Parts: sequence; structure tokens; C-alpha cells
Amino acid sequence: MIRFEKVSVTYDGAPEPTVRDVDFEVPEGELALLVGPSGVGKSTVLGAVSGLVPHFTGGTLGGRVTVAGRDTRTHKPRELADVVGTVGQDPLAHFVTDTVEDELAYGMESLGLAPEVMRRRVEETLDLLGLAGLRDRPIATLSGGQRQRVAIGSVLTPHPQVLVLDEPTSALDPAAAEEVLAVLQRLVHDLGTTVLMAEHRLERVIHYADRVILLPTPGAPPVTGTPSEIMSVSPVHPPVVALGRLANWSPLPLTVRDARRKAGDLRDRLADAAPAAPAGPHRGGQASPPPARGNPGRLFGRRTKNTETRPPHPADAHRLTVRRDHLTALHHIDLTVTPGETIALMGRNGAGKSTLLNTFVGLLEPTTGTVTVGGRTPHRTPPRDLIRHVGLVPQEPRDLLYADTVATECAAADQDADADPGTCRALLDRLLPGIADDTHPRDLSEGQCLALALAVVLTARPPLLLLDEPTRGLDYAAKARLVTALRELAAEGHAIVLATHDVELAAEIAHRVVLLAEGEMIADGPTAEIVVSSPSFAPQVTKILAPQRWLTVSQVQEALG
Amino acid sequence: MHPGAWWVWAISLGTAATRTTNPLLLGLLIVVSAYVVATHRSPAPWARSYSAFAKLAFAVLLIRLVFAVALGSPIPGTHVLLTLPEIPLPHWAQGIRLGGEVTAEALVFAAYDGLKLATLLICVGAANALASPSRLLKSLPGALYETGVAVVVALTFAPHLIADVQRLRAARRLRGRPDRGVRGLLQVGLPVLEGALERSVALAAAMEARGYGRSADVPARVRRTTAALTLGGLLGVCAGTYGLLTAEGGSYGAPLLLAGIVAALAGLRLGGRRSLRTRYRPDPWGPRAWLVTGSGVAVAALLTLASSRAPEALHPGVVPLTAPTLPLWPAASILLALLPAFVVPREHS
Repeated sequence: MIRFEKVSVTYDGAPEPTVRDVDFEVPEGELALLVGPSGVGKSTVLGAVSGLVPHFTGGTLGGRVTVAGRDTRTHKPRELADVVGTVGQDPLAHFVTDTVEDELAYGMESLGLAPEVMRRRVEETLDLLGLAGLRDRPIATLSGGQRQRVAIGSVLTPHPQVLVLDEPTSALDPAAAEEVLAVLQRLVHDLGTTVLMAEHRLERVIHYADRVILLPTPGAPPVTGTPSEIMSVSPVHPPVVALGRLANWSPLPLTVRDARRKAGDLRDRLADAAPAAPAGPHRGGQASPPPARGNPGRLFGRRTKNTETRPPHPADAHRLTVRRDHLTALHHIDLTVTPGETIALMGRNGAGKSTLLNTFVGLLEPTTGTVTVGGRTPHRTPPRDLIRHVGLVPQEPRDLLYADTVATECAAADQDADADPGTCRALLDRLLPGIADDTHPRDLSEGQCLALALAVVLTARPPLLLLDEPTRGLDYAAKARLVTALRELAAEGHAIVLATHDVELAAEIAHRVVLLAEGEMIADGPTAEIVVSSPSFAPQVTKILAPQRWLTVSQVQEALG
Repeated sequence: MHPGAWWVWAISLGTAATRTTNPLLLGLLIVVSAYVVATHRSPAPWARSYSAFAKLAFAVLLIRLVFAVALGSPIPGTHVLLTLPEIPLPHWAQGIRLGGEVTAEALVFAAYDGLKLATLLICVGAANALASPSRLLKSLPGALYETGVAVVVALTFAPHLIADVQRLRAARRLRGRPDRGVRGLLQVGLPVLEGALERSVALAAAMEARGYGRSADVPARVRRTTAALTLGGLLGVCAGTYGLLTAEGGSYGAPLLLAGIVAALAGLRLGGRRSLRTRYRPDPWGPRAWLVTGSGVAVAALLTLASSRAPEALHPGVVPLTAPTLPLWPAASILLALLPAFVVPREHS
């Protein structure tokens, strides 16, 4: 259905081809997964299927791409619109109209289908994707998972034979991601649609794939094979594969279910060992103080009123309620963050995680209740002072960057924070060496961009570091570097709060997990206790080795010696 | 129902408002349009723009009054309310006055005038609340479809841009820089524009991939005829309008305008052959749409008639000051505009 013959793509002004000798075929009705580290040209390969590369992006395409027998050299993207449906990384950038039903019809209108056919297909698609209740809703009011489903629906209505998806689940919480993947599987199984998708979060998608196309390094030809063949050699792989490789299971399991069947032996070997707890926060043995009122200091009654005896907590929220646009975004939150502690905030899209982080940096004012950061009220503290107490890396780290080179960005950060010249650059080199001074921040990869934003924020040496969805768009290598950096920062005494959907990340670094639902705190406790008891938030290793309480592959590796 | 019907209705009410300065009639127009909006506005977020338009109308009224107070007014008045200190201006600013006497007549005149404008704005707001402009653009003829999409995209662009500015100004706070003030706004300007440009390119790619701009082959002869008809028609419309508006052109204005419109419409129809596009659930123009349009047009026509028959009742005098009276039959004709409230079924929210 999709055939690449000796394809290479060179963008204008680039010295070398972005992808080279790409040669593979995806037969009809298969779900093919395109994997590889960041920057190997996955998006370029996907763009070549819909014809956007090179017709829209410019550049030179060598070789030949045919989709359903049509050559993309002679067919423009608009002439392939009836056979290929494309959904990009950001569904919001994809929408042309403003309501769900119109959006579903838009593609068919362009193709000139008869009104009766359009009506029937819109109704079918609404049912297929479970969007019937949302048909009249303005797109702006939908949640992330709903938007992604509408975006998929909008390219499905013209009944394309091929569906191309770029990171369809990256921005979604685990439940919403399951929802989207279930839809894709149904399309492949029931309608025989051919799907080609790129995704970093392999733990979510690998078991749905019929075929994996691996781009190992930039410019290297792709390797194609079945998921288990490719996963045994791939530089990017999910934890279940890492555990399988560690235990030398053959054939390599790809799902938690397969792994559990083979894991009896491993469970026996691990029975006597106890998981090494992640290094706890600095202050003594207790892993995590219970929230707010149960503070150890409280035992001494009145003496705690004299706050000068003890430095204030990096962050403290007490009965915090935030209302925005007549909606209660946060309700009666009690949370105390102690130095050296890493807290993962988890919960659905829209559960209030970002709102809580924004309240800590004073972007939002509490409606009732109090919030303090290092003893100060964030929304009344001038920004210059505040950055010495708290730093936030927002969901889109690029928002923090204004300058046109990395060097000026670092110099500006030193100036903003009154730090010695070179502080920011030194931090950046520690986090991720090898970023040239004269690079434009827009040309950085996601991982490099995050490292730069993190360095900029850390220049003011805030005791409290907040991160909003830090692993969005990061490949496994960038994620591993982030984990190392955050662990070091926590060991130096920084308190870290991260809002994330990434259960594997939370398992790796968090001492404590706080679950939010509809603005309320529904659970707060040590990571092992919280994630083990939750089916959607448990990491893969936990699921495989349950009832033993292992969280990460590295824990298992240490225990095995 | 067809969104065009609501727009014709609301714009007719606006036209009616320009025919009178009687505050009682204007007030009645506002109440009537507000009643229909309250019962029939769509549940979508853009319907909230009605309150924004109402606020804007109020601001216009206030500004008109402030100008009348500060800059004086050509209305000769005898009831001096207060005297502001007059600021002497150099001779080249002759004819402009700052401060001075404020008379009750000048204020009343300004209030009538401001209210007329405010009513017009509220009527436009009503049209927005009853049928979104993007829904209206969807019913454009095929030949104008691509332009329509461009306008719709531009309309959704503005809210995105505002959201971007807010997000980036918030991000300035995270860098330890003040997040308020003009300098803050200027510094985020470039990143906001970059972001907007990137989004536009992404949207253009998505539209291209979804078949935007697929067109049918039409013979060159048809293309040339289309161009000739459209251009000629538009020229005719311009010349005809000029003829209608100038005093001496009364004889040739109307026929030329009519011919121009016919030619332009024929051009559009022919141009539509190029477009392959079909419409999903087009809004039908049924009897209800005719009733709604008719009620609005009737109000505009009756008030225009009234302003030529009984100008003194529709334009209450300010010199000397008199209390405006409610002329009975123009007021009754405004009530015709309530018809949609009873014949159009309410949308389910």
C-alpha cells in the first residue's frame, strides 16, 4: 500500500540528506510503527507519504514513493487527499472549522462527495470514535484526548486507505492514549486501513504494531522487521523490552501479559531482595512527610509559630482553592514540599496539575486558602525576587526563550538572576554538553530545548523546581539524561515537583506521588504505594513483577547484581 | 435556519436605527433585538460577543458625550449647565474649542446621536450572537469559497494570537522580568509572530493534505467569460452606487446598479464550476427564513417611510428642548421585529 524505493530527502540548504536509502513497503491493512531517536527524520518519512515532503516543505526527494499506486512526484498532497489521511503532532494546528461535526465533514466537502454520503459517514465516524455526544461542541472546549480523536475522525471520513499519524499519544494521559489506540486498532482490524505512525512512547504502542521500521541513526537506512526482531536490537525500547533483555527472555516479550508469563522465574530470584528505595529526601529517614497538618514540627505545638527557628518550606499550600471561568480548577489542596524531595503530580488531562504549578509561581492567584513558596506569597512577590525561590519549566519550554542564539540567551539569564557571567552556560554544559553557542533556540531539538530552559531557570538557583510535562516529545535517551540531571539536583537539595503523564518517569525519580482528579487530591504517598495500587498509573515493571514491588528496570538490575 | 436570515434581520434593524434619533424608538429597537437574542442565541462561545458589543455601544455613547462636553458643540443652546475653563488655542487651530460652556441642548443632541450609533452596534452584536459569521461564510457561493475559508481562518487566528501573547507574557515572569507594561509586550512580539507564522504554516499543510484547493478543469472560454462578467459587474455596481448617491445621477444609477449585480452574480455562478466542493448539511432557506428576513426588512422600510412622512416625531428637536414623544405607528412597526421570537423554534443547547 505504501512503498518507498531508495528514497532520500535533502532539504534546501542542508549539506546532507535528512534520510537516505529508505526502502520499505507496508502492505494493506497493517499497522506499521516508525521508531528511532529524535532527529532521525521520522517526520520527514511520514511527510513523504502524504506528499507534503517535498511539495509543501521544499527540498529534493530522490527515489520514489508510491501510495495506493500513485506516485507522489506526480500527485500533489491535495490529489492524494482521498487515499491518505494525515494527522500531525499538534491536533489544534490541524483544525480548519470550529465545531466537531463541521470538522468531520470538511475533508469530504473538499473532495466533493455527495451530501447523503457525507451525512452517513459523519454519523458512522461519530459512532466509531465515540464522539456522538460531542457533535455540536466547539473544538476549543474539547480535552486533549477528544481533540486527538476528532483529528483522527476528520481524516477518516473521506475513507482513506492509509492513515499517517505523528506522535498521536504523546500529549495524552494514559487513559486517553488507550482510547485513541483502541480506535486505531479497530480501524486496522475492521476496516483494513493501513496505518503508519511514529511514536516515542513505545510502551504504549509497540504491542499494537504488525511491523516496525527502525531508523537507528540520522542518515542510516531503516531496518524493517517484526516488533520482537526490531526490539531486540533497537536503541529505543520500552521498559518491558529492557527487562526482557536483562532476563534474557526469548522470544522477547512485548506486552505485559507475555512478560508476566515468563517472569515466574525472575520473581523467584527476586523474592528475597527488596527494591532499593530511591534515595529519600534529605531530612532524615522518613521518606515523605504527610501533607501539611501532620508536619513533624507540629508536635511541638506553639513553638512552630516561631518560623525563624526553621527555614520555611520550599512550597506550602494550605486549603488552596482556585476558580477560573466559573470552574473550580483546584479544591482544598494541602501540600507541603520539603527540600530534596521529588513529587510527581499525576492525573487526567485537565485535572488541575498545571493550575497547581502555575499557582506556585504566582501566575494564578488562589481564590481561597494560602500558598507560600519559601515563605513568600508568590503572586505578590516581584518576579526578580521570585525566581530565587521557585523556577518553572512550562509545558512548552520554548516559551522561556527569546534570544536568537544560545549564548545571548545564557547571558540574559545570568543578568536576570544577578548570577556570575557564565553560570547558565556552565549549567547547560552539565545538563547536556555539546550545544553550540551560536545555535538559534528554534533549531534545537526537544531535548536540547528542555535542557536550555532548565539551565535558564536553574541559573537563579531556586530551591524549588517545577516541571510541567517535561518528557513530552523526548526520546528514551533524552529522557534518561533528564532523569540523571533531576536526580542530581534532588541530591543537591532542590525540591522538584513535576506534572507528568509519564508513569515510567514518575517511577524512576519521584519519592512521592500526588494524584489529582477534578481539582481534588485523591491520593498522596510514597511512589511505590500509589502507583502499585493503580492499574493506569503502574509502570510496566510493576505490572510484570506484581505482587512484588519493583518500579524500574534499574532497581531490578541492581538487585540481580 | 439559514444564518443569512438572521444577518439580514439584524442589519435591517440597524438600518431602521439610522433613520431616527428618537431615544424612545431607539430604546425600543434595543429591547426588541435583545429579547430575540435572549430567546434564540446559539449556545456556542461566540454568542457571548453580544455582551462585548453592548459594552462597546455603551462606551461609544460615553465617548460621544465626553467629546460634546470637552470640545463643545455647534448646537446653539441657552440652558448652560456648567462652564469649563476654556483653553486658548493658537490661531491655526481655529474652529476647535477646548472647554467652555456646556449646554443642556448640546448634551441632549450628543446623547441622541450617540444612542443611534450604539443601537447600530448592538444590532451587529445581535447578528453575531444569533448566527456566527463563520457559519455565514460557509454559505458563500462556490467561487468565493476559498476566500471564505481564508477569512474563517483569519477569524480564528485572532483569539490564538491573544492566547499566545498571554502565555508568553506569563513566561516572562518565570524569567524574573516584569510581566506587565508596554516593554514586556514589545519583547514578546517577535516570538508571538514566529509562533503565529509556524501555526499558519502547519494549518496550511493540514489543509493541503485534506484536499483544500482541488479544482476541476474548466475550458479557457468559460474562464474568460467568468472574468469578464465579474469585472464588468463590479464596475457596474460601483458606477451605479455612485449614480444613486450623487444628486444628478438619479436616472442612470438604479438600472446600472441592477445590471452590475446581475452580471457579477452570473460571473460568480460560472466561476463556481471550477470548484468541486460539495456542502455538508447546507442551511436551508425556508419559509421561516423568509419570515425573519421579511420582518426585519419591513421594520427598516416602515421607519424609512416614517422619517420622510413625519420627520418631527422621529427627530425630536433639541432647540428648543422638548421631551420626545412616542410616535404610535413607527413604534408599532418596530414591534414587527419580534416576529422571529415566535416563529423560529429555539435551538437546543
